[in-house]
Amino acid sequence: MAEFAKTFDYGPDAIILKGLDGSNWRLKDYESRAGYAALKKILRDGLKPEDVIAEVKKSALRGRGGAGFPTGLKWSFMPRSFPGAKYLVCNSDEGEPGTFKDRDILRYNPHVLIEGMIIAAYAMGIAVGYNYIHGEIWSDYDRFEEALEEARAAGYLGEKILGTDFSFQLHAFHGFGAYICGEETALLESIEGKKGQPRFKPPFPASFGLYGKPTTINNTETFAAVPYIIREGGEAFLNLGKPNNGGTKLFSVSGNVARPGNYEVKLGTPFAKLLEMAGGMRGGRKIKGVIPGGSSMPVIKGDVMMSIDMDYDSIAKAGSMLGSGAVIVMDEDTCMVKAAERLAYFYFEESCGQCTPCREGTGWLYRIIHRIEHGLGRQEDLDLLLNLADQIQGRTICALGDAAAMPVRAFVKNYREEFEYHIAHKRCMVGPGGYSTRHVAESLAMAAE
Amino acid sequence: MLSPQAKQKIDRELTKYPADQKQSAVMSALAIVQDEYGWLSSEVMDEVAQYLGMPQIAVYEVATFYNMYNLKPMGKSKITVCTNLPCALSGGVDAAEYLKKKLGVDWRETTADGNFTLVEGECMGACGDAPVLLVNNKRMCSFMSNEKLDKLIEELK
Ligand SMILES: Cc1cc2nc3c(=O)[nH]c(=O)nc-3n(C[C@H](O)[C@H](O)[C@H](O)COP(=O)(O)O)c2cc1C
Ligand code: FES
Repeated sequence: MAEFAKTFDYGPDAIILKGLDGSNWRLKDYESRAGYAALKKILRDGLKPEDVIAEVKKSALRGRGGAGFPTGLKWSFMPRSFPGAKYLVCNSDEGEPGTFKDRDILRYNPHVLIEGMIIAAYAMGIAVGYNYIHGEIWSDYDRFEEALEEARAAGYLGEKILGTDFSFQLHAFHGFGAYICGEETALLESIEGKKGQPRFKPPFPASFGLYGKPTTINNTETFAAVPYIIREGGEAFLNLGKPNNGGTKLFSVSGNVARPGNYEVKLGTPFAKLLEMAGGMRGGRKIKGVIPGGSSMPVIKGDVMMSIDMDYDSIAKAGSMLGSGAVIVMDEDTCMVKAAERLAYFYFEESCGQCTPCREGTGWLYRIIHRIEHGLGRQEDLDLLLNLADQIQGRTICALGDAAAMPVRAFVKNYREEFEYHIAHKRCMVGPGGYSTRHVAESLAMAAE
Repeated sequence: MLSPQAKQKIDRELTKYPADQKQSAVMSALAIVQDEYGWLSSEVMDEVAQYLGMPQIAVYEVATFYNMYNLKPMGKSKITVCTNLPCALSGGVDAAEYLKKKLGVDWRETTADGNFTLVEGECMGACGDAPVLLVNNKRMCSFMSNEKLDKLIEELK
């Protein structure tokens, strides 16, 4: 199948996805790319757990799952001398619309994740870990299980790793179609065999996590950056990016670009450069808007985006968030009302139903945008939408409520005239269809080559 | 009764969790029995509950919460098409409309010959490969042009 009819050109600065071709994912291939050298270095040189955490702190690695929390700091929250079990969990539930980077790590470089998790377990004195994998990517789950078997057979995983006293067991867990399980405490509930409904925080997972035990959760890409940090030093990783924004970052570029795909660039790379790597705008059309960090983040106008650098602080300054690194590009033929409607539907569909503002509010957001899109909108609807967003944001147990409210607010703010046109003229400003898919056939033909 | 093969697979899953946390295997157990029967009847769910020592209601809660469990019989092939925004910008909705017309069904409907059920999906974490669809939860098909959709339907008939 066209499974591999995709580009492996992740960019010249790639470290996590460097040198991958789709078939070289096995242990021996990984070892030939200096794989497991970081783990061996730690065990051979007798690096202390504190030293490992210090190195990660120095690297300024920030969580790649959405919130951008400093990883080294998170690891230092784990109680060191806790008497019972502690757990390590990897979040490979990647369900934020626009995000498809963790999947490439899982299927093309699974051992870099395994090595990163082993190192994290060592640093925090953890003996058991789970990798929670998104339900829809079944074959990638199977491959990850196979990679785990390879690592066990080679003595990297299991009892007395590489002949030392350090033991760590790692297992794969398969999700089954629930966006909310990407939220870390919903994910823990899910591993416990329950509905994925987020927990109140505090207590945070570091004190009350999986099965009530201290637990650390990180995103796939976060763990995957760790071997490089240990091998080359935290300083080297930091210097790839900029202060407070260390390293490279995987960006999943989707939407109206010529070559959608994953690109791994240094943090701080200009968006214009990233767009160029993705082949520029499909059909040479004009850029209208970009969601820079996954569907939960505020949309930014195209011309503004063209002068922004891709790092946590720069994007935050522009009023959005880097989030998961999913860059959704929309061209001039995109109806922003329709785009907002589809996203609102998603949050309505995926709300776990626990908190009233989110359960009811996401439905209202969707229904109001839906009626505007279908020519039944009223003048007062825009204020109603903003008011609703206020009533949801910050009033729910988890951030799904915010994730539903923030995009609506930004769509209305940045493209208000389009919403007003829809309401006044009962039709779309950009013409029929709402999405520019005219050139999709060409792109598909290109992809199949 | 759960088949010996299903039990064997569930037992393998159970080895991943602490002995007093058998409930952790419920999601994979449901996936395993769904593979066997095509959907989850309450009888089958009750057997899973018994096997894992869980209250039946706790199993129903899980089965009804996660989207990929089939709570009623499906066509021979369940086709889930992603229509979320990133895919829609690259032909995801067009592919879905094409399939609807070709199969003569709307979302959540099964063709008269019982071969196909069409389901609208949310982001599958594969937006760069749009249009994407999933056959029976497991087989992901990427870059689905109309020609490739024709071929797929022919193959699955
Ligand atoms: C609704 C919702 C969905 C989320 N989905 C994901 C996800 O798919 N993958 C992920 O890594 N983090 C996701 N997160 C963030 C996690 O809760 C958590 O912050 C993250 O896994 C921590 O890892 P990091 O520090 O390495 O980023 C989500 C959060 C929310 C509120
Ligand atoms: S939006 Fe369709 S796979 Fe992500």
